[in-house]
Amino acid sequence: MFVKTNLVGVNTIVIREFNRIIRIWAQTIVPPAITATLYFVIFGSLIGGRIGDMGGYSYIQYIAPGLIMMSVITNSYGNVVSSFFGAKFGKHIEELLVSPLPNWLIVAGYTVGGVARGLIVGGVVTVITLVFTRLHIHNVLVVLSAVLLSSVVFALAGMINAIFAKNFDQITFIPTFVLTPLTYLGGVFYTITLLPDWAQHVSHANPILYMVNAFRFGFLGASDVNVGLAYAIMIGAAIVLYAACVWLLQRGVGTRE
Amino acid sequence: MQALTFRQLTKTYKNGVQALKGIDLEVAEGDFFALLGPNGAGKTTSIGIVTSLVNKTGGKVEVFGHDLDTELAAAKTCIGVVPQEINFNQFETVSTILVNQAGFYGIPRRQAHERLDKYLNALQLWDKRNAVSRTLSGGMKRRLMIARALMHEPRLLILDEPTAGVDIEVRRSMWTFMKDINTAGTTIILTTHYLEEAESLCRNVAIIDQGRIIENDRMSRVLRKLQTEVFVFNLRNPVASAPDLPGYQVTLSDDHTLEVEVSKDQNLNDIFSRLSAQGLEVLSMRNKSNRLEELFMRLVNQDARSKAVGA
Repeated sequence: MFVKTNLVGVNTIVIREFNRIIRIWAQTIVPPAITATLYFVIFGSLIGGRIGDMGGYSYIQYIAPGLIMMSVITNSYGNVVSSFFGAKFGKHIEELLVSPLPNWLIVAGYTVGGVARGLIVGGVVTVITLVFTRLHIHNVLVVLSAVLLSSVVFALAGMINAIFAKNFDQITFIPTFVLTPLTYLGGVFYTITLLPDWAQHVSHANPILYMVNAFRFGFLGASDVNVGLAYAIMIGAAIVLYAACVWLLQRGVGTRE
Repeated sequence: MQALTFRQLTKTYKNGVQALKGIDLEVAEGDFFALLGPNGAGKTTSIGIVTSLVNKTGGKVEVFGHDLDTELAAAKTCIGVVPQEINFNQFETVSTILVNQAGFYGIPRRQAHERLDKYLNALQLWDKRNAVSRTLSGGMKRRLMIARALMHEPRLLILDEPTAGVDIEVRRSMWTFMKDINTAGTTIILTTHYLEEAESLCRNVAIIDQGRIIENDRMSRVLRKLQTEVFVFNLRNPVASAPDLPGYQVTLSDDHTLEVEVSKDQNLNDIFSRLSAQGLEVLSMRNKSNRLEELFMRLVNQDARSKAVGA
């Protein structure tokens, strides 16, 4: 009985999150599409043509996987952080907290919501990419698994941010001062082999570098990092962050008194 | 069976405030129970612990025999709660809020829609089913929260100030609805500042003050503990001074209004006959204050005095 109850419960969270993404499409889907278009116009077509090849591919082809991954990461994160914090702020998170749904399913429901937005936006950006260039696919399984795992990791990271956040400043702080720099320095626009040795070493401490490169490997078959290590990092991060979210909800951090 | 049991329930907040100091309480199945107390007494903390929005510091809580520490999901399934503050998503429609709420309790969407029809009709919100919830009036929002709490048809309904800010007409219709729900078998725990509400609806009452239960009995027995009541008499003709009524404490509020304190062993007939004998004609009469309110104030003040003496 509890299995059925839990299935209906988690399904309800997912439907609610999906409806929220669609209801506020002008905030959730349109801005990343416009941003991606500008990146392709400016960095891909205008400047990219003068840069020449990178890693053996035209610049626009090289940055395309990174730009898709960047939109997936920021939107997966952004969806959960805004939705969960919004629920805390509006107090309707209490609807879930007083319900019999276990915390691990509440986390799972929000994560699926974040992944849904990440993949929807990723899909839109992919379509925009195809307007500007061809996308060669080296390994479709790597493409799908890398995007899915990255999306899960950042949806969970967004949830942790939302759990601790006490005001709206605190849900914009991490995306602005941590996530954006890490994304830009994570090999989206360049191969780290262009960097001096010390900067390459520092770049290896950036988890986004592994995600972008694993994803890029799926398209181009080229990567700055060991793809096996990238998977280990993504799976490890997903497990640790999921456990952390459940533990925080169990303890009532940021949600119960 | 007890719908709710507290055993030595304690709660100390991080800032050191001891909100509950070892409360024992039992609410029987089917009861309509009032939990009263001044602001900050510990009512909302108690409710928060039952609904697991507040972590208890110590003690034990059982809901229909389900221990909150070991059978949390089963206990939660039995509870429906209407909190003091509006806590639904104000950007969602009335129907969406209710269907989602049912979903969180494992009720499939088709069944949720049937219940939605039932409760929106009963609470006179059917016309608003497609309205975005933030556009509802205050009274409608309160009724929506009651409908939401009932979507999974809980055995125990906890109403924390359900009629706060609601006009008298809507309040009365909500009382009727709550009585019907209780008659149908749902145990109800009510906290309210409208003591008239508690007096007319509830069979049993607990009064909580500064984290302790200072009274817990049947409503009728609690009210009988009130030794005196003050009656207000409106006179047809003005009087210059309070009439002499030996055995009664009489004050003249204005030249047409008398206030007489009547104890349980005295009676109103005696007062009427004495006023009549003095040529005073009474136009109307009423209680000076709600009986429960008066008792409540006395108990709370008495508790504060005994603590001051103890200190």
